[in-house]
Amino acid sequence: MTINLFFQHLANAISLGSLYALIAIGYTMVYGILRLINFAHGDLLMVAAYVVFYAQGIFHLPLLPSVGLAVVLTTATGVIIERAAYRPLRNSPRSTILISAIGISFLLENLAIVVFGGRPKSFPLPQWLDIGSAAQIGQVTIENITFAIPVVTVTLLYVLLYIVQKTKTGMAMRAVAKDFETARLMGISVDRIIAVTFSLGSALAAVGGIMWSMKFPQINPLMGMMPGLKCFIAAVFGGIGNIAGAVVGGFVLGVVEIMIVAFLPDVSGYRDAFAFVILIAMLLVRPTGLIGEKAAEKV
Amino acid sequence: MTPKDLSIRRGIIFLLATVAVAWAGGDLRAVGVTGWDSYSVRIVNLMGINAVLAMSLNLINGFTGQFSLGHAGFMAVGAYTTALLTMDPVTKKMVYFMTPIIPPLQNLTLPFIVALLFGGAMAALFAAMVGVPSLQLRGDYLAIATLGFAEIIRLVIQNAQVITNGALGLKGIPAKVNLWWTIGVALCTYVLLRNLLQSSFGRALRSIRENETAAQAMGINLFRHKMISFLISSFVAGVGGGLLASLLTTIDPVMFKFPLTFQILLTVVLGGMGSLSGSVLAAAIVTYLMEFLRIVEEPRTLGFLTIPGIPGLRMVIFSFALVIVVIWYPRGLLGDGEFSVGRMLNSFRRMVTRRRAAV
Amino acid sequence: MRTRRFLTLVVLLAFVLASVLGCTSEAPKPEAKPATPPPPSEIKIGVYEPMTGSSAAGGQMTWEGIRLANKLYPEVLGQKVVLNLEDNKTDKSEAANCVTRLIDQKKVVAIIGSYGSSLSIAGGQICKTKQIPAVGCSPTNPLVTKDNPYYFRVCFIDPFQGKVMAKYAVSNLKAKTGVIIKNVQDDYAVGLANYFKEAFVALTGNSKAILTELGYNTGDQDFTAQLTKVASLKPDVIFAPGNYGDSAIMIRQARTLKINAPFLGGDTWEAPDFMDIGKQAVEGATFSTHYSVAATGTEVSKKFVEAYKTEYKKDPNAFAALGFDAYLVILEAIKTSGKADPAAITQALTKTKGFKGVTGTITMDENRDANKSAVILQVKNGKFEYLTTVEPF
Repeated sequence: MTINLFFQHLANAISLGSLYALIAIGYTMVYGILRLINFAHGDLLMVAAYVVFYAQGIFHLPLLPSVGLAVVLTTATGVIIERAAYRPLRNSPRSTILISAIGISFLLENLAIVVFGGRPKSFPLPQWLDIGSAAQIGQVTIENITFAIPVVTVTLLYVLLYIVQKTKTGMAMRAVAKDFETARLMGISVDRIIAVTFSLGSALAAVGGIMWSMKFPQINPLMGMMPGLKCFIAAVFGGIGNIAGAVVGGFVLGVVEIMIVAFLPDVSGYRDAFAFVILIAMLLVRPTGLIGEKAAEKV
Repeated sequence: MTPKDLSIRRGIIFLLATVAVAWAGGDLRAVGVTGWDSYSVRIVNLMGINAVLAMSLNLINGFTGQFSLGHAGFMAVGAYTTALLTMDPVTKKMVYFMTPIIPPLQNLTLPFIVALLFGGAMAALFAAMVGVPSLQLRGDYLAIATLGFAEIIRLVIQNAQVITNGALGLKGIPAKVNLWWTIGVALCTYVLLRNLLQSSFGRALRSIRENETAAQAMGINLFRHKMISFLISSFVAGVGGGLLASLLTTIDPVMFKFPLTFQILLTVVLGGMGSLSGSVLAAAIVTYLMEFLRIVEEPRTLGFLTIPGIPGLRMVIFSFALVIVVIWYPRGLLGDGEFSVGRMLNSFRRMVTRRRAAV
Repeated sequence: MRTRRFLTLVVLLAFVLASVLGCTSEAPKPEAKPATPPPPSEIKIGVYEPMTGSSAAGGQMTWEGIRLANKLYPEVLGQKVVLNLEDNKTDKSEAANCVTRLIDQKKVVAIIGSYGSSLSIAGGQICKTKQIPAVGCSPTNPLVTKDNPYYFRVCFIDPFQGKVMAKYAVSNLKAKTGVIIKNVQDDYAVGLANYFKEAFVALTGNSKAILTELGYNTGDQDFTAQLTKVASLKPDVIFAPGNYGDSAIMIRQARTLKINAPFLGGDTWEAPDFMDIGKQAVEGATFSTHYSVAATGTEVSKKFVEAYKTEYKKDPNAFAALGFDAYLVILEAIKTSGKADPAAITQALTKTKGFKGVTGTITMDENRDANKSAVILQVKNGKFEYLTTVEPF
């Protein structure tokens, strides 16, 4: 493995990792508040991608309005899902709400198959992101999109952290995440805060989905399942409920995935399995993740 | 009713059931009675297999409260083991046309029942390996961990070309399964699990489901109970997988992905997460509906109007049904209890009385 | 609450009972004899294809061809031919159910299908038991027809296809080294890669001619790790059998990483979406397939192309052409045998010799595979360009 090869791999890894990080943030936010693995998060990715596809293809909207429309529609979808499928189950045992999440995920996927058709479609890319538009740094080639993704991720991260740490809504979100009942006693409208969290998470998923489609311009109804699972693993790895942890987890997962295939090409067929192995190892060794906090279980 | 009356009643039901199965399978042809057509028989076979799978998932998910999503993996193990042990050497040579199968398995052919049990045992073995790390986790984490393990198992099967023929899959698995096997295994599973669940072990499992900390405080060894439940559940899943392999006569790694677990989960939730007979009933209903709902996917002509079929609508309906059931009918069909004619009659009587009182 | 639950129970039980009784009210048939043919007014042919699921594209394309053939040739032996389509959802269990349904309930005398070898194998088992002949349009896995005297196919099989591309690589591209990136989840890709490797090694005389073999799973989007490794090896050709969607993305990423070696593939790349997703990157991608509009100039193929363009307003593809041929082959068998009876049709199909179809001359060999030529297409200027035809060797 020459040093150039290594750097190329590293560039790929950072590109993939920042994508995972972006989506993992949405996951971790929802989990932090509701203690729910939103299986449908990955499918919101897919929804956003298709909205942009149709907005550009059928309505011929330019890029930015399409993205805006996608974010709005995906956020709406996320909030509707929360209202319809998760809110009624707030007092039910955890397994019930998990089943509901799985059901919604399958529903979205199958609806997409019926409405959009099962064939993969080509995602429309703006000129400056299209193939061939890559930068050369020495022997290493980096696609333009690879620069865009970390920038977007970090920007959104800052915006999110600002909202969570410095605004009143953010404080309310932290309060609800810490203790549901007490927050309610303090006069916080828990329903509203949860809706806000979901919209933020869904908006992030939408942006993540669009970035994903720009990097891998092939969209199909099942495109969100694996990324969704992997990003959940990334969030858990970094510490579920912790935004910075999600980012760290995403990058680590991206790097590990690429590096394993780089150093051991024979196991490239097992690539997805490694994410699960990492998860299980992490859960056994340090269940709260890299940056997570210990939560005592109250009896 | 005295115990003697009960056993006479049960004996009669059993006899009737046997005759029904014989008639349906066409086995009474010798005495000139023809049975159903093979399409219906196939559906009933599938119902039986789904019942077995649903009951096994219900044991770990519904009764022990451990939310496991790894069922497809254990089914795969059972299916492949049974298949490999029942295929004859000639078929094996033909199917493994790219890379020959490893020598010990080439000439190994065992009777169906032995292969099935072996399949279950292998599944239980894998479950032991999966359970040790996973069962220490709770709730959502356990779900994702078992999901991960199922995927890992599937990937191992997909890559172990010399044992499983990898992505090429197996074909020519002897079709030993018939109504006797499927209904029989379903019945055995039901009786076995019912007895298990009515014992003190079963009560311990339920207590773990209700409140783990309290159960532990009462002196129940959490890990041991969870593990045994998990092992039994996977064993039965393996047997179910073996039956499926024999019914389809061809298997490949792709069919054991998460959607398969989803279908079984759907059945369990529909039937009631704490009811064995609920799982059986739901399995029958879901299998039937899967076929029945083909109607919405075929074009329909109503007079002069032709409504084109919408392919894929079946799965949309099922996913939607799952969400509806889980929100509005979280106890499923039979909730926590088992099906009994007595309860049905009681409900009916009560309904009638209420009606009469209202009037 | 109890009432609701009780009522639900009753309704559902009634449902199940009704269906069970409903099944038995149909004319029951003994298992051993094949299905009795339908009344002489029409001949029913069953079709099972994946119209949904991951192989929906292939299934839909094939169905278009079959339907067109039925439209152009709706009669044989003075009777009307009716098609019955069942969607197998790219699921093995469904495939078996579809075939059982077609045979038992729709009483078809022959079956066409399916796109996807593993689905055909599942359905084939039922055909074998019930003794109803089936003709596959495009499944290329040898196992489909092996040991099944009732399954035929009008396409070539993977061992031949792999050799075709290897020969092209060595003879035309003068390649000495190659790399294989295959979809390890797909039996088609695994088989094809294996045959390519065998032939490539034999033709170059170098047992290490294939520098490395890498894998990925269906739906994977990120191939940068595998491709970076390939870039460092600098092979002459890259053989990458797999779905057109995944392959298109792979080639795009390869070009970005400055890998300029030609990409070779198999018949799954033949879909217009391949260029849609791949854009300029897939220029020059070469693959083997069953048919090209430019390849055969026979009467029947001209008629097919014209009819297809009129009906669907686009150029035909190999899968539609194969579907068309499968239908015609069955009709020919019915004509030759003189009756629409499954056993007779099977006999006649076995004897198919020199049948002039759209995709070439079809002769069934002793394994019921069609001994046919392959065509090699290349992507040029966003379209498929016909390069050459390769005769069976």
